[in-house]
Amino acid sequence: MNWFTKLLPTKINTEGAKRTSVPEGLWTKCDACSAVLYRADLERNFDVCPKCNHHLRIDARRRLDSFLDPAPRLEIGDTLKPVDALKFKDIKKYKDRLQQAQKSTGESDALIVIKGQVKGVPLVAAAFEFKFMGGSMGSVVGERFIRAVNSCLEHNLPLICFSSSGGARMQEALFSLMQMAKTAAALTRLHKRGIPFISILTDPTMGGVSASLAMLGDVHIAEPNALIGFAGPRVIEQTVRETLPEGFQRSEFLLDHGAIDMVVDRRDLRDRTAKILTMLTRRPAA
Amino acid sequence: MNLNFLEFEQPIAELESKIEELRYVGNDNEINISEEIARLQGKSRDLTKSIFSNLKAAQIAQLARHPQRPYFLDYVQRVFTDFEELHGDRAYADDKAIVGGLARLDGRPVLLIGHQKGRDTKEKVARNFGMPRPEGYRKALRLLHMAEKFKLPVLTFIDTPGAYPGVGAEERGQSEAIARNLFEMAKLRVPIISTVIGEGGSGGALAIGVCDRLLMLEYSTYSVISPEGCASILWRSADKAAEAAEAMGLTAARLKELGLVDTIVDEPLGGAHRDIDAITESVKAALVETLDYLEVFALDKLLEARYSRLMSFGHYTES
Repeated sequence: MNWFTKLLPTKINTEGAKRTSVPEGLWTKCDACSAVLYRADLERNFDVCPKCNHHLRIDARRRLDSFLDPAPRLEIGDTLKPVDALKFKDIKKYKDRLQQAQKSTGESDALIVIKGQVKGVPLVAAAFEFKFMGGSMGSVVGERFIRAVNSCLEHNLPLICFSSSGGARMQEALFSLMQMAKTAAALTRLHKRGIPFISILTDPTMGGVSASLAMLGDVHIAEPNALIGFAGPRVIEQTVRETLPEGFQRSEFLLDHGAIDMVVDRRDLRDRTAKILTMLTRRPAA
Repeated sequence: MNLNFLEFEQPIAELESKIEELRYVGNDNEINISEEIARLQGKSRDLTKSIFSNLKAAQIAQLARHPQRPYFLDYVQRVFTDFEELHGDRAYADDKAIVGGLARLDGRPVLLIGHQKGRDTKEKVARNFGMPRPEGYRKALRLLHMAEKFKLPVLTFIDTPGAYPGVGAEERGQSEAIARNLFEMAKLRVPIISTVIGEGGSGGALAIGVCDRLLMLEYSTYSVISPEGCASILWRSADKAAEAAEAMGLTAARLKELGLVDTIVDEPLGGAHRDIDAITESVKAALVETLDYLEVFALDKLLEARYSRLMSFGHYTES
């Protein structure tokens, strides 16, 4: 409080206090068209901008919540917690980065797995939380994915994974690289048993996650305009020293180049995946 | 500065040049200075020993990338016989950053796949500095399936800065090519031994590195990202590469401690490039021993063990 505000009558001060008590996050700005959107409207629309159809990034838990039927639901692998086995420290300690991410997201690590159903089709669904250290894949993410696969094997259920990740978690060094091999190996078991795995690629899916589990689906579905690739666009630009083509590494670009099966609007994902799964498992239409 | 030596080796380089000078003098004069030369050589050896017994991770990373370090084809020539290179992915191109082919190890037919860097500028460019594109990984995949068909053990050799980050590589599905190899190697029905001979750079290395046994040369490295890449992301400055190298623990010794590497192949004093015959012999012995060991297992046992090995990677707690 400075000398000027001290001079002001208290009446004005209370008004100021009232103004700051307006709840935060009531409004959201669309990253693409800058339209100011009412948060509740946006949530009802699966976080897709009603003005320009831009797919905003969505929290993993909310994504699964809107994707799955309300019941039954059983979370898998939530008892697994990350540890800093290497005592890794850059400008910050990994331990502190973990704590910070846990506090800001309310999640213990970057992958959430839930056994549930979509339009009555039972399945196991996993989703990466991008806000948790860029959705990076470390030991817990890898192990939760394995638990998801094991649950599918045990109950003969299809697997869906929404990926959204910058890649491997550098703070876990070679252990994180090995999660690529680990998750890919687990998928060989689903393959052997003829259990479908649908990979849903969302913005962004890069690096070690893209170069392992995300590109090993029987069916690859991408959300519109998601950034999907191995190397990041800036790294490529620095290497080849030319500007990248328009739409490079976006979903539609991948569709054109044969890397994915389809681009699907988030609001249609429930219907489309349920439809595909019933056919792959030779069940009657949902 | 002697370019045959790395910066941290310069004291050794100075001694070596002194020895050279003395030799020159010794040839000219009748004075016998062989004693002096022998003394200096002993000193040089001790100095090398003391420098190399205390290497930092960043210095080992330099050795792993040493321009004179033996590359994959150097080992192919010396460790194996009857090598026949097999080219191409049968779909798009022949990527020269990955070499594959049939050969014999001590008489036994095997399939070899390895990253290949170039020695001179022209070859470096042709080999794309050992950075494969998707067609390289797909060539490897074709050969892996061939090995399975003809029941040939697979020996892979890792030496790459990473998969190539280029426009064409992305267009042709770099991610998918790497992912597919991880998947197929996890269930390939023949023994697989991978040896890191230089740089093990990230997914580009792992894409030919899913195996039953992982060997690493003493001064090779294996990491999820290059020290420079890690430093520029986490420290926001590529100058911190030495710190990043240390933090990631990318050396053979550290990775062995962590249980990620099965065998370390000792290198001759001063590194593999100082004595190619010695390193050839060590690599060959390690490969023969490991293959003998793996070939005892029934295939199903071997695959089960490979799966358990992969599943064991990672650290977490469970409450």
